[in-house]
Amino acid sequence: MGYPHQPHQRETTVLSRYFGVAEARTLAGWKQRGGYQALEKALAMAPADIVNVVKESGLRGRGGAGFPTGMKWSFMKPGDGKPHYLCCNADESEPGTFKDRELMRWTPHALVEGCAIAAYAIGAETAYIYIRGEFTEPLHWMNEAVKEAYAAGIIGKNAMGTGKRIDVHVHKGAGAYICGEETALMNSLEGRRGNPRIKPPFPAVSGVFGMPTTINNVETLIAAIPILMNGADWYKKMSLSNPKSTGTKLYSVCGNIERPGTYEVVMGFPFRDFLYDVCGGPLAGRKFKAVIPGGVSVPIQTMEEAEATLMDYEGFVAQGSMLGSGGVILIDDAQSMVAVIARIARFFAHESCAQCTQCREGTAWTTKILERIRDGQGTTEDLDTLLDIAEQMTGTTICVLSDSCATPVVSGIKKFGREFEALIQSRSFHPVIAAVA
Amino acid sequence: MTPHAPYQPVFGAGGEARRELDELIPRYPRKMATLLPALWIVQRERGWVSDEGMAEVAGLLDLTPAYVKGVVTFYTMYHQHPVGKYFIQVCTTSPCGICGAEDVAKAFLRHTNTGELGVTSSDGRFTVIEVECLGACGFATPVMINEEFIESVTPEKVPDLLARLT
Repeated sequence: MGYPHQPHQRETTVLSRYFGVAEARTLAGWKQRGGYQALEKALAMAPADIVNVVKESGLRGRGGAGFPTGMKWSFMKPGDGKPHYLCCNADESEPGTFKDRELMRWTPHALVEGCAIAAYAIGAETAYIYIRGEFTEPLHWMNEAVKEAYAAGIIGKNAMGTGKRIDVHVHKGAGAYICGEETALMNSLEGRRGNPRIKPPFPAVSGVFGMPTTINNVETLIAAIPILMNGADWYKKMSLSNPKSTGTKLYSVCGNIERPGTYEVVMGFPFRDFLYDVCGGPLAGRKFKAVIPGGVSVPIQTMEEAEATLMDYEGFVAQGSMLGSGGVILIDDAQSMVAVIARIARFFAHESCAQCTQCREGTAWTTKILERIRDGQGTTEDLDTLLDIAEQMTGTTICVLSDSCATPVVSGIKKFGREFEALIQSRSFHPVIAAVA
Repeated sequence: MTPHAPYQPVFGAGGEARRELDELIPRYPRKMATLLPALWIVQRERGWVSDEGMAEVAGLLDLTPAYVKGVVTFYTMYHQHPVGKYFIQVCTTSPCGICGAEDVAKAFLRHTNTGELGVTSSDGRFTVIEVECLGACGFATPVMINEEFIESVTPEKVPDLLARLT
């Protein structure tokens, strides 16, 4: 079990400070810990000033893409006469990622507060928190928190007595990874199949219900609270070197590692220390072989790359991968990389919404070929075929699910090609030769 | 209930389900946005979402049954046929897969006498499926039994987990 666990001394617990503290889940407990002070402060500010503080803080989207949050909020034009909406993306489904789940089950009021602040900042009266249907526990706590916040007049038609209307509603998904894609989420929220939409128009112009919409990840919205309380400078200072990546980041750590769980460190933290010290290193008698540092959609890192990485948006890119969602998956020397990658491909084949041909066909064929190689039935041409399919799956579809399937395949073949070749060379049965004989 | 029993509306006037739906509708600028929540109510009340259930929801939200079916079939969590009293979902996606999730799934199949994924046991009690990423990868292997979310399941724990169920 991950919680309650004592934070490691090298962690900087800003967002995860109350993980494992059951009282922080209730309104009374949250207020005792300084809850809703940031919202009170925000409601006394001009929306543009809130946007500026967030801009100044350098906060970037924590869902995977890393887009500057303040800039995203500034795309919402005040006084355009249209209703604005805030969507909170709590459809956390990227394999390896479970930080938003912890945020919602331990600090649900933080998300209500973050949503209310953001809604006010972008001129929205309604915020929808779209939570994946499998998250029964986060759904329970979020529903409770919203109910409590309404009853206390913190949200509703007269939020905190300011006369401003801020509604926050929890919307339960029904099982579809793709609904974590922002436009698919909006379609799903509207009562449609969760097919991603073609962009442009971008959500800030035409989002949910065709109206200007901002969509943010759970962690991003909650991060706005300490930023408003402590100021942009305080947040910017939580970075070990790179001014483009500021603040703290939650990482979900899983796979073959001694202490899996959710950890929070400042941007620029050395990945090597993180893996071996903070998270306890590999299981007894094992060695790490590879890391997927940001959910299965990002390129796989060799240990050499991982150990040279500084944990921030640019740091992961410099070492052949991406920060992504912060879902760190450790793969040790007992695992077959081919089997791991084949299972990733199967995931994407299952989750493709099937509206684009390259994705629908590409994910299915990639899975089929990888499983053939895994089972000792692969041929040398299969690797070329996989790379060829991957190329056709990249940059050719409405959303990036297709690219996300191609990424681990390409990086896996490039960095762990020997494992593929060894399996192909050892195959016991060749269908053509067997047929001729 | 069997699929052939006469259909009893879920959202009868004055009933709890209808009240629930009526409370949801004003949260959205369009009634259609309550489609997913309405289908969840149907599934909660009936255990699955039948064609008749879809038609009832369609009627309430001014949609066609075909449209509703199109939406239902998109999402994995709506049961389009009756399932066991205990619907067991075992996460076997990569992060759990490398921590032994397949053995957990096998243990459930063995101890529930279902034998095969997606098949309901002859006593109607269990259906076991593999599910894609439950979003609790640090607590491998997560398992959902109906609405209950259980972390860190190992094959050894499976008999005890099942013994708790009536």
